[in-house]
Amino acid sequence: MNQDIFVIIEHLRGQVADISYVMLAAAHELAQNTGGKVEAVLLGQNVQGLAGNLAADQVLSVEHPALADFTSDAYIKAVAGLTVEHQPRAVLFGHTSVGMDVASGLSAHLGLPLVGSVRYFESGGKFVSQICGGKIMAEGELPAPTALITLVPGGYKPEQGQSAQPPQVTQVAAPALDGLRVTLKQYIEPEAGDVDIAKEPLLIAVGRGIQTQDNISLADDLAQALGGVVCASRPVVDQGWLPTSRLVGKSGKAVKPKVYLAIGISGAPEHAEAITGSNVIVAINTDAAAPIFNIAKYGTITDLFDLVPVLTDKVREAKGG
Amino acid sequence: MNIVVPVKLVPDLVEELTIDASGAALDTMWLRLIINEFDDHATEQAILLKERSGGQVTIITPNAEGVDDMLFAASARGADRLIKLVGDFENGVNNHALARTLATTIKDLQPDLVLTGVQAHNDLDGSLGPLLAEYLGMPYTGYVSGVIVNGDKAIVRKEFPGGLIAELELKLPAVLGIQAAEQPPRYVAISKVRQAMKTATLEEMDAPGLNPDGGPTIGRMFQPEAAEKAEMISGNADVVADRLIGIFKELGVL
Amino acid sequence: MIERINFWEIPEIWHYFAYVVLPLCGLVMLGRFYGRIRLWWQVGRPERRWDKPLVRLWRLIKFGIVQVKVLSKTYPGLVHVAIAWGFFVFFFGTALATIDADFIKFLRGPIYLIFKLMLDTLTIAALAGIILAAYRRFIQKPSRLTLDRGFTLSLTLVFVIVFTGLLTESLRLAAIAQEPTLQPGWSAALAWWTPAGWVTAQLWLALKLTPAVINSIHLWIWVTHATLVGVLFIALPTTTLVHMFTALMNVFFSKLDRPVGQLAPIAENEKKEPVYVSTLRDLTWKQLLDGDTCTECGRCQEACPAYAAGTSLNPKQLILSIRDALHRDGPTLAKGNGKSLPLVGETIKDGVLWSCTTCGACVRECPVLIEHVDAIVDMRRHLVIEGRVDDILQGALANLGRYGNSFGQSERMRARWTQPIQPKIKDARREPVEYLWFVGDYASYSATLSDVTQKTADVFQKASLDFGILYDGERNAGNDVRRVGEEGLFEMLAEKNMAALDKCTYKTIVTTDPHSYNTLKNEYPANNGHAVLHYSELLDQMITSGKLKFTKKLSYKVTYHDPCYLGRYNGVYDAPRRVIEATGCTLIEMPRCRDKAFCCGAGGGRIWMEEAEVKERPSETRIHEAIKLDGVQAFVVACPKDVTMYRDAVKTTGNEERIVVKDLIELVHEALG
Repeated sequence: MNQDIFVIIEHLRGQVADISYVMLAAAHELAQNTGGKVEAVLLGQNVQGLAGNLAADQVLSVEHPALADFTSDAYIKAVAGLTVEHQPRAVLFGHTSVGMDVASGLSAHLGLPLVGSVRYFESGGKFVSQICGGKIMAEGELPAPTALITLVPGGYKPEQGQSAQPPQVTQVAAPALDGLRVTLKQYIEPEAGDVDIAKEPLLIAVGRGIQTQDNISLADDLAQALGGVVCASRPVVDQGWLPTSRLVGKSGKAVKPKVYLAIGISGAPEHAEAITGSNVIVAINTDAAAPIFNIAKYGTITDLFDLVPVLTDKVREAKGG
Repeated sequence: MNIVVPVKLVPDLVEELTIDASGAALDTMWLRLIINEFDDHATEQAILLKERSGGQVTIITPNAEGVDDMLFAASARGADRLIKLVGDFENGVNNHALARTLATTIKDLQPDLVLTGVQAHNDLDGSLGPLLAEYLGMPYTGYVSGVIVNGDKAIVRKEFPGGLIAELELKLPAVLGIQAAEQPPRYVAISKVRQAMKTATLEEMDAPGLNPDGGPTIGRMFQPEAAEKAEMISGNADVVADRLIGIFKELGVL
Repeated sequence: MIERINFWEIPEIWHYFAYVVLPLCGLVMLGRFYGRIRLWWQVGRPERRWDKPLVRLWRLIKFGIVQVKVLSKTYPGLVHVAIAWGFFVFFFGTALATIDADFIKFLRGPIYLIFKLMLDTLTIAALAGIILAAYRRFIQKPSRLTLDRGFTLSLTLVFVIVFTGLLTESLRLAAIAQEPTLQPGWSAALAWWTPAGWVTAQLWLALKLTPAVINSIHLWIWVTHATLVGVLFIALPTTTLVHMFTALMNVFFSKLDRPVGQLAPIAENEKKEPVYVSTLRDLTWKQLLDGDTCTECGRCQEACPAYAAGTSLNPKQLILSIRDALHRDGPTLAKGNGKSLPLVGETIKDGVLWSCTTCGACVRECPVLIEHVDAIVDMRRHLVIEGRVDDILQGALANLGRYGNSFGQSERMRARWTQPIQPKIKDARREPVEYLWFVGDYASYSATLSDVTQKTADVFQKASLDFGILYDGERNAGNDVRRVGEEGLFEMLAEKNMAALDKCTYKTIVTTDPHSYNTLKNEYPANNGHAVLHYSELLDQMITSGKLKFTKKLSYKVTYHDPCYLGRYNGVYDAPRRVIEATGCTLIEMPRCRDKAFCCGAGGGRIWMEEAEVKERPSETRIHEAIKLDGVQAFVVACPKDVTMYRDAVKTTGNEERIVVKDLIELVHEALG
């Protein structure tokens, strides 16, 4: 057993996901305690190019046709091979639709302990997980011998996990990847959106608190006055009140605007993690205990139905005057 | 087709959560339990599949306060068999222990498909589905929002961040982690639930020897500190709006 | 002495027509009518509507004969009553004539003259009525009327029959005027007892026709008249005129077993299984009779807020759909070999049923006492049991089931609004109180309403009222849950509230919410004799008894909106008005007030449903109505939901500068100084 921290790099169609950098940043924090190295694990086919700005002491690249597209089956086998061989102190996965499929399976597969929903590591190496919709934090010692971790965003900034200096890349032979029971048939592209909310500098986001489709117009008016774009959390898009292209969250888009104005959004982790890249979050929610206030810089519990129309008028005045 | 849906109850976040005297767990005194919303979707998806191509839906759940009501509601929705696992669940169990004991029971049920919620908000040791899949020796895919069964294969839609969807094929029997059923869980009228209470049977099965190995030990639980809290602006709509205008100007968006 | 001559100058052969053919026609009519109404009990479910015959008879007289509801609209009301009374009198007159001719001779002298005058007057009235009806139907064409051929045909037929009757009479008078011996005892002075006939007779006289010609015209017009009466008999059961029977029956069988604010529980079939209305077979015979009774006058349509807003619901059309389905599928179903076709979802779309606010305006307006809302709720119950509810409603119902409130908040937060109140409000579960204040969901949980709720508490405290609340023991009272059609949930909520109330010692329940008020008062079983008061009634009592003394005289000009469940459903119109006037405010009524008040659009669970595409929300229409009143500053409401609905509507219509929405308690609070 060694003290290294493995980070399973998450990437999709030639793009490294932000969570990977967050994991690298977390891994560095952890490695300082264990005294080991940070090793990024890049699984795929022709993916060396993705290693470029990973802040890792070493990148282990595992190439195999069966890893070209993500399936839990192949990933579990590949990561299991590496883990058994290298016996790192911890393996970090994103708490995402990729990482979560693999980490738990691996835990059962190898009989290794797993800690889910970790938000950050304390200086002593303890993990702190965020559960119950962000309302409760749970702290504990990193389990031994190898701790499998799924990491939620929010504890570290992606920039902390990036490096200008390309890391050393080591090719590692893939284990035998046969008898796979899950295969990719095809990808279905998301509906083409009217605007790319990931690139907008000013977002007006609406959540469940907006109550009805008609009330979306309150946000529309404000967005128009401010010159921003309206987006939404899952409940609003599920209702069909806004197109999927406007969905911010785990299965929607991650955004990084200058200002993110969250209206009637509680800030469940699925949504929260997609907006941590925002420069400033301003939250309007009548529930003072809503987790959104834990990530927002400014907040108010004034009723949105009272506040938003007034705000819109004042913005118009400010612009007019 | 034989579909098994393991369901668990989780703390209702509508209630204020408090930490117990040990400082390492939630205070169960004030806890109100509710079905894990993803398990609710898994149940709906199972019933949709049954309605489409026949079969039997079995709901299986560890004993907890309010679990009978949840099972009767599932029966009213269309579930055929209701199994309550009885064991040392009083102080809660982690997913590793639950998966091990569920695997023993589920193996005997010989399912074609096991549908679970993709996650629960109190998962501290990973999600249940993949653990169960490994203990059962079945393939797994999570974040599923659509299922078609075709002979001995399931074609599923898996969601990736950014809205991309992968269509994957799994050999049956398989375990799926459901993110969203193809349609939102249907409403079940109270009188139907009450009817189910009179007619449906709850089977109780023993869940001996819960083994929590594989989960972390929690030393302390706490609520996010005030330091991480937003600066709160109070006052009537007028006052708040003025302050926000100020902030917008500071940030250069106005 | 003058007396009635039977078959005046009508050859004997034609007497057989009157005594044989016409009665045969009458039998055909009865047979055909039976064929039609048979469907009601062959297709519909049984329902007991035979009890209390005297009360029913009184209703028959009030609504069927005197037609008080028909008369509530002056022009069409008078027109209808003129024609209808024409029919009654002609029918009565014919009966008298038959008695006179074949049993006891009594139509002679003054009695005969009064008899003639009565018939003649009603002839004029009926003809005038028909002409005015035609004017309305062909020139005015109000949109609520169905303008199709059936009605034109009936009107024409009736006109020709009455008119030929008049001609017959006038020809007889003309002949007698030429040859007085034809009618012993006749003198010109008596002619004016039949003014219409006599005036018309002048026409024949002016034409200088010979007696023979007059006699022959008289005969043939009489024959035409009699033949058309026969035709009318035969055709009646399938013309729009059938309503003269169905309406009387519908009024006679109208519901007596419960107050208007009480819904019936879900019916059970012979096997004790609940009946959810999805097909014709699930409706009761009375509900099918409702369909057959509809006269298509459209008063319900005109009063309906959902129709005015442009939703898919038209209460008239809804009832006619039942009728049309009955005549399309009923005969096959009655034979027992047809399958029950879906009524709900096919003939009557889900959206139609969900659009109803259950405001009861249609029921209130209907001149023939059709029970629209009960039928709608019956069909909604089917939709709920099938899970066919929209997402928002589903969320609200799930919250109500789980937390006892539609806001999805913990019951522990229910009394959060009481926090700043000193001294602390009594917990009625712990100590006896005189008044138990049932606060209701909106007043408890809505952030925008806490101010109004706190002011209510303040007023009660200032009046030294001994009151308490149930704190977290209260649940939504269930009025709108029941009207949504979620009967099981209503029962559950009611059971929980009853259990909480049973533990308390109190005299009277008071609530600010008309919806809670209605269900607590009319639908909670065994209220143990506790009175239920709306706060407007309590305030009114306290003002009268001097418990509440105002120190300030307000001088606002205000208008008042009657909440449906307070006014139309429970008849509380005057108490809130007296309270308003006691504060010193001047009350100016909107054109639609009291039982004609226009609903805000939130009732019947609409507040929990997705808003359909509408032309204008009912609440906005109502604000426009209030704005038109001269100088009205405040729109006073007496329902927490109304505060929310109308404050929104004032904003969305851009009338914030012109009118403010005030709860009744805000006026009272201000007047207390």
